[in-house]
Amino acid sequence: MPEIRNYTLNFGPQHPAAHGVLRLVLELDGEVVERADAHIGLLHRGTEKLIESRTWLQSVPYMDRLDYVSMMCNEHAYCLAVEKLLGLQVPERARYIRVMFDEITRILNHLLALGTHCLDIGAMTMILYAFREREDLLDVYEAVSGARMHAAYYRPGGVYRDLPDQMPKYEQNRFKSAKTVAQFNAARGGSLLDFIEDFTERFPKCCDEYETLLTENRIWKQRTVGIGVVSPEQALSWGFSGPMIRGSGIAWDLRKKQPYEVYDRLDFDIPVGKNGDSYDRYLVRMEEMRQSNHIIRQCIDWLRNNPGPVITDNLKVAPPRREKMKTNMEELIHHFKLFSEGIHVPEGEAYAVVEHPKGEFGVYAVSDGANKPYRVKLRAPGFAHLAAIDELSRGHMIADVVTIIGTLDVVFGDIDR
Amino acid sequence: MSAKLERLTLAVKSVLGDKVQSLVVDRGEVTIEVAAADYLAVARTLRDADALHFEQVVDIVGLDYSTYGDVAWGGRRFASVAHLLSVRHNWRLRLRVFATDDDFPVLDSVSELWASANWSERETFDLFGIMYQGHPDLRRILTDYGFVGHPFRKDFPVSGHVEMRYDEESGRVIYQPVTIEPRENTPRIVREASYGKVGHA
Repeated sequence: MPEIRNYTLNFGPQHPAAHGVLRLVLELDGEVVERADAHIGLLHRGTEKLIESRTWLQSVPYMDRLDYVSMMCNEHAYCLAVEKLLGLQVPERARYIRVMFDEITRILNHLLALGTHCLDIGAMTMILYAFREREDLLDVYEAVSGARMHAAYYRPGGVYRDLPDQMPKYEQNRFKSAKTVAQFNAARGGSLLDFIEDFTERFPKCCDEYETLLTENRIWKQRTVGIGVVSPEQALSWGFSGPMIRGSGIAWDLRKKQPYEVYDRLDFDIPVGKNGDSYDRYLVRMEEMRQSNHIIRQCIDWLRNNPGPVITDNLKVAPPRREKMKTNMEELIHHFKLFSEGIHVPEGEAYAVVEHPKGEFGVYAVSDGANKPYRVKLRAPGFAHLAAIDELSRGHMIADVVTIIGTLDVVFGDIDR
Repeated sequence: MSAKLERLTLAVKSVLGDKVQSLVVDRGEVTIEVAAADYLAVARTLRDADALHFEQVVDIVGLDYSTYGDVAWGGRRFASVAHLLSVRHNWRLRLRVFATDDDFPVLDSVSELWASANWSERETFDLFGIMYQGHPDLRRILTDYGFVGHPFRKDFPVSGHVEMRYDEESGRVIYQPVTIEPRENTPRIVREASYGKVGHA
């Protein structure tokens, strides 16, 4: 009779279902997971250390590279932290623009999370659908900031510039015929807001398509129902936030509970799960996308009717207008000082937090009065979620570990920092 | 100060009494400081007392104060800052504790109170070298296997001490002392307190 031993299996860091660079050391009894030890840090770039040697403004692009599927939400938390330290007020239009882009980012994130989650557990179509819609939203990113992903659009004091009056259009070339180009450009005739509005009209139907694929799908339910169950007590103790805590039935959303920017003026609902399993979290994310769509529409209406400045006029924080800088000595000096020496932030500490698509993303900034941060700590929601993987996957089959990683919605940019 | 913050500070004062070394309300946030010896007991009270009920620790942050400000730092060097959140009362609290020994900073672990403190404390240990007494599994978490030193300490250079490259002769990856000089593009300047005043709030 051969001796029966437990297997130790290395899952990742190059496994396609590891969502980047997760290395899991799984202790298996047959196919059942007895212990999952997550080794993280393979993407550790020391962002927080680098930030200490940059000026406050120079660190904004680092935020995009944290959670690289919800770029603008990261920037948002950082800008809120700087503004809190400065005691700075942001123009109202900038706040609406930020909220609108936060919600666009939420849709972007949930689409990717859903698409890859399905891909991981064997449903191929979903990711193609998700990337079709993501493409439009990434075009919105590009139109407003010039970059499809790493936007660096939010700045302390507002946003970098106002929404453009035109959408960039496709051009005819030897790969795209006039007919295709006309089709692509159909929604791009008007301003950026027109394009986003067109998207919000199409998007609920797209959500219905996803639901047709998944919600009643027998295989999808077999793979997700009852997998990775989180009780409300566990969710609190593990420091969960976002869809992970709402999936367990706790109606906790910072947009409602500790409203920032203009969320207290907008109408939206918080979806809450019941059983705390992967399927409930899928439903929560699905409904959040619909709610985000609803918020975006309200922001569009407001932004159409309320022109105004989008960044503070305080020259100690935001650069002067270019034409003024060219003709005016005072503005020229401010421009030079701002981009060479940077913002001076008064001594103190602040913890600013946003409801990031993944949960609570916080920036704890400590300033000693210099032109650089003394310490910045980035609180990544994924870090707390992944920490629970050992207990979540214990007793599940090895194939369910993939489901659990997918439902945790981990991205290593912000976990490893 | 808003009514809610007032309620929170009153509750903290009445529950913790003289264990609170300092209580600061700044920019709408409450920060308390406690002695290292009281840390675990205070954390437990903060979690269990009905008037406070901090059921989540959002994050535990390490801090190295050795180069803080323009003048030499007189106090203790290493601090651990816990951000607490009460879902029931919907309020936050910052709990700061300084380690008494600068050369070998040791603090009590709160991972038995909040499961999420486990990884946060591992991270702080990894990056700052703060030892958490009673932690079940105090391994490095973010840095490389076999890493030497604690990179977020202020005396650790941004470019590190060693670099990695492939060595043709020995046919494997080797570590060698760094060849790049650390550089500072923008000098660090501390100006008078009123310099950056934006005059809003």
